[in-house]
Amino acid sequence: MAKKAKRERLDIYKTFKLYIGGRFPRTESGRYLTETTHKGAFVANICRASRKDFRDAVVAARKAQSGWAGRTPFNRSQIFYRMGEMLESRRDGFERALQERAGYSEKKAVAEVDAAIDRLVWYGGWADKFIQVFGNTNPVASPHFNFTMPEPTGVVASLAPRSAPLLGLVTSMAPLIVSGNAVVCFVDHDHRSIAIDFAEVLHCSDLPGGVVNILTGHRDEVLGHVSGHRDVDGIAVFDAEGDERRSIGLEAADTVKRVHFYDTPDKADWSDSAAQSPYWILPFVEFKTAWHPM
Amino acid sequence: MGKQSTKSVKDLLFGDLWEYAPAPQGTDFVELDERYGHYIGGEFVGLDSEETFDTINPATEEKLATISVADEATVDRAVKAARKAYDNHWSKISGAERAKYLYRIARMIQEKARNLAVVETMDGGKPIKESRDVDIPLAAAHFFYYAGWADKLDYAFPGATIKPLGVAGQVIPWNFPLLMAAWKIAPALAAGNTVVIKPAETTPLTAMLLAQIIDEAGLPPGVVNIVNGAGATGAAIVNHDDIDKVAFTGSTQVGKIIQRAVAGTGKKLTLELGGKGANIVFDDAPIDQAVEGIINGIFFNQGHVCCAGSRLLVQENIADEVIAKLKQRMSTLIVGDPLDKNTDVGAINSREQLDRITELVGSGVDEGAQKFQPKCALPDTGYFFAPTIFTDVTPSHRIAQEEIFGPVLSVLTFRTPDEAVKKANNTPYGLACGIWSDKGSKLFRVAGALKAGVIWGNTYNKFDPTSPFGGYKESGFGREGGVQGLLAYLEVR
Amino acid sequence: MANEYVVPRVPTVDRVAADERAAKFATRSIKTTAKAAGLKLVVSMIDLTTLEGQDTPGKVRMLCRKARRPINHDDCPTVGAVCVYPPMVPVAVEELKGTDINIAAVATYFPSGQATLEERVDEVRRTVELGADEIDMVISRGAFLAGEYGRIFDEVAAVKEACGKAHLKVILETGELKTYDNIRLASQIAIDAGADFIKTSTGKVAVNATMPITLVMLETIRDHFMKTGKMVGMKPAGGIRTAKQALRYLAMVKETLGDAWLSPDWFRFGASSLLNDVLMQIEKQRTGRYHSDRYLSIS
Repeated sequence: MAKKAKRERLDIYKTFKLYIGGRFPRTESGRYLTETTHKGAFVANICRASRKDFRDAVVAARKAQSGWAGRTPFNRSQIFYRMGEMLESRRDGFERALQERAGYSEKKAVAEVDAAIDRLVWYGGWADKFIQVFGNTNPVASPHFNFTMPEPTGVVASLAPRSAPLLGLVTSMAPLIVSGNAVVCFVDHDHRSIAIDFAEVLHCSDLPGGVVNILTGHRDEVLGHVSGHRDVDGIAVFDAEGDERRSIGLEAADTVKRVHFYDTPDKADWSDSAAQSPYWILPFVEFKTAWHPM
Repeated sequence: MGKQSTKSVKDLLFGDLWEYAPAPQGTDFVELDERYGHYIGGEFVGLDSEETFDTINPATEEKLATISVADEATVDRAVKAARKAYDNHWSKISGAERAKYLYRIARMIQEKARNLAVVETMDGGKPIKESRDVDIPLAAAHFFYYAGWADKLDYAFPGATIKPLGVAGQVIPWNFPLLMAAWKIAPALAAGNTVVIKPAETTPLTAMLLAQIIDEAGLPPGVVNIVNGAGATGAAIVNHDDIDKVAFTGSTQVGKIIQRAVAGTGKKLTLELGGKGANIVFDDAPIDQAVEGIINGIFFNQGHVCCAGSRLLVQENIADEVIAKLKQRMSTLIVGDPLDKNTDVGAINSREQLDRITELVGSGVDEGAQKFQPKCALPDTGYFFAPTIFTDVTPSHRIAQEEIFGPVLSVLTFRTPDEAVKKANNTPYGLACGIWSDKGSKLFRVAGALKAGVIWGNTYNKFDPTSPFGGYKESGFGREGGVQGLLAYLEVR
Repeated sequence: MANEYVVPRVPTVDRVAADERAAKFATRSIKTTAKAAGLKLVVSMIDLTTLEGQDTPGKVRMLCRKARRPINHDDCPTVGAVCVYPPMVPVAVEELKGTDINIAAVATYFPSGQATLEERVDEVRRTVELGADEIDMVISRGAFLAGEYGRIFDEVAAVKEACGKAHLKVILETGELKTYDNIRLASQIAIDAGADFIKTSTGKVAVNATMPITLVMLETIRDHFMKTGKMVGMKPAGGIRTAKQALRYLAMVKETLGDAWLSPDWFRFGASSLLNDVLMQIEKQRTGRYHSDRYLSIS
């Protein structure tokens, strides 16, 4: 890793592995990608996740999902707040990583970490409110009590933003899991290691293992397996490129998956207010309506 | 509760001591054209097209009218008319003005309610009492409900900026022809879109009567365009480059084709597809009402209902009692002439559907399930199928898995709430489920665990414009009805 | 005694769904031959009733003559029974001599039932001795609502015994029991205790017979029949004033209990003004002209 000052001691490198089911396994494929800093210095041989890693991550997500959805919204909001706390306490490391690895200015790095923490706190607050805002009681014309409430779709594969290594990931993940979905985030950009650093934040935030799984690698390599996986309920796509919209849509139709292409904010500025909305929760909830006589 | 002996000493006799005399709904006031084309840009067109098909009365197999098929060029004309109406007019007028058009349509449906009901029954085979008491009143109510939203959209989604999508292409099924047209057109127009809609090829007539209503209501030309045809016409709509939104109700199989067709196009999509609804009856259920709910769940509209309760899951300790009562109740169902006001189960919509039901029922027998049908004389002509239940069904039977879309119920049993939930969710579908129990906490716990968009607690097959309807999993996505129904026709940011 | 009573297990009733089901019978279209036959059946099922403080022998004689010949031609059956207070039974016996019209009398300190069981049973015994063929008793609603189900069973059983050969109709006074669950349970207790008929109401409270309440009672009768093979009759009373209403009740009986109950032996209407409305309809069917009650005798 790039060093600020010359020192006697030899650093130890961190091995960046995947984050699946609350564990940090290596890719089953044994393949790696060499990540470098924006200046070309060595960062790590980071996992190049395979379709089988994705498969394992879906198994973990499926296992975790109902328990996560079954937590009280209050509890989910507390865990979001805890994620914010953990990120806050590790912010120096992220600021440094953003500067050293991704070439951010200090100001920009601070701003991204600020925004990421604030976003976690902000979405955490929605956990026990979006149901109130988007759910209803419906005044049907018969003697029935009728209400509609959003429920999580289930297991969502997220093709994470290709920029803003910390904030992009937080922005893509938070609206998916706040409602009770479990997510497999696939991270494909030049600074994937920051996503795995973030996995460590998640790991000590009381977030149950498997609710968020993070894979690093090449999106195009696994795309077909992601969109065609029959136990995936939805696909959240950020920064869609080329033919991705079509190829994802074609595969997703096999099991009528929910697919949503999130808009990239102007200049890919993920701190933009347009990238933070309760309406980002809606593409991956199902509205359940219940009737009961009264 | 313990197992109760249900051994009957004698059986009830539902005979002919006092029979209902025929009570046919009059049809003399119904005026149908011999030929229908399309309604495009405010004009009735396409009467000269060479390609046509006949729409028949499935209860008599008699032809009702000849219908033109819209080819790609015709669809293109309709889309252009919709685009023009959107750009030049509909997107420019106020919500309050849009509302008033929708209110007009709603009122006119009410005014012509009996006429519409009779034609719906003649064209589709459903009992007149259903088209009269359910389909048509709900269609009018749907227009009323969404009319009210047209000028209140700003209050629907707090904090968001909203705008209409543009031109919506809509394809609807044959089981609730006018009602499905209402479900599609009303929210689309309220939200400020214009539409091109295709009714099902076996039931085009009430859509054409709706076209007349729309015309009389003075709706600006092109805001609603109705084109007739079968799959190819639907494909032409779905694939048209200038369609911004596709809304489809129909089979999961076709839904998947449509989802593929719009892949990568940026067209917004909502799908309301098939189902294999579980109707779960616990041993503390209000049994007599549950039996009625089971009957209504599967025999309403001959079971041509995507949310039909086609799988009965009954707790093992009351299964004998429930099945005995169910059979008894089935013997009082009146099957026959859909136009008779006392008919409970009408005609199967088409020969094709009758064949499919027959084939699946055959598979049930072949796979070892026990079939029961009450004694009922079916008419000699027309497409009819006796109400049928299968007992000794296991989850691996085809009749437990596949959507039959007919008056055929598969009965399975369970022992605990967990097992009921597991069996109910053991399907790729997720449209609707029923739960029958007197214990509120159990009912709502099970309701929470079921993966389905509509949960009927101690009731079944209830619909209301204010109540969102739509599925989980392969039953589709998006909702129709309620404030959520607007989401399908708005861009919300 | 009451403590030892094992309360019968009855299914719970969902009110909204039961109301809905009952409403469906009201959509049955009963026309032409079905209407003609149904109207006559209704006449034969009427318990033509007068239960007023101002009843006099003259009033009862008038009622009995109407019962014998509801209209001035022969194409109409006689009613099922006349229903009077006990002191009027001798008048009815005299007036109905030679007919097969039954004499029903309300006993057991109708309508409140507020007397000791001995007094009530005694009244029944005396009324039967006077010549009543049918006894319409009331249950102690207060005791039922207080949860003294055993007491209800005992009083019905005691009255049944006192009836001897007379038929016992047990009035639940459903308008006071209020909930459908109560009505279902009370129906079952009455049946278990030996009721030949169960009956909705005295006609003296705000809510009398309704379609859903009658349905709940019919379903109790049906379940009892399915378990034991024993038939029990049903009598909705109070509030049924029109032929149209009555035909809907018939449709409900037909589709809930079947043909066997479509007879005055097993189904009765407790009513007074119903008869002339039915006769109006019968005349309309017979003559093809809408009728006027000025051509019908009052009862």
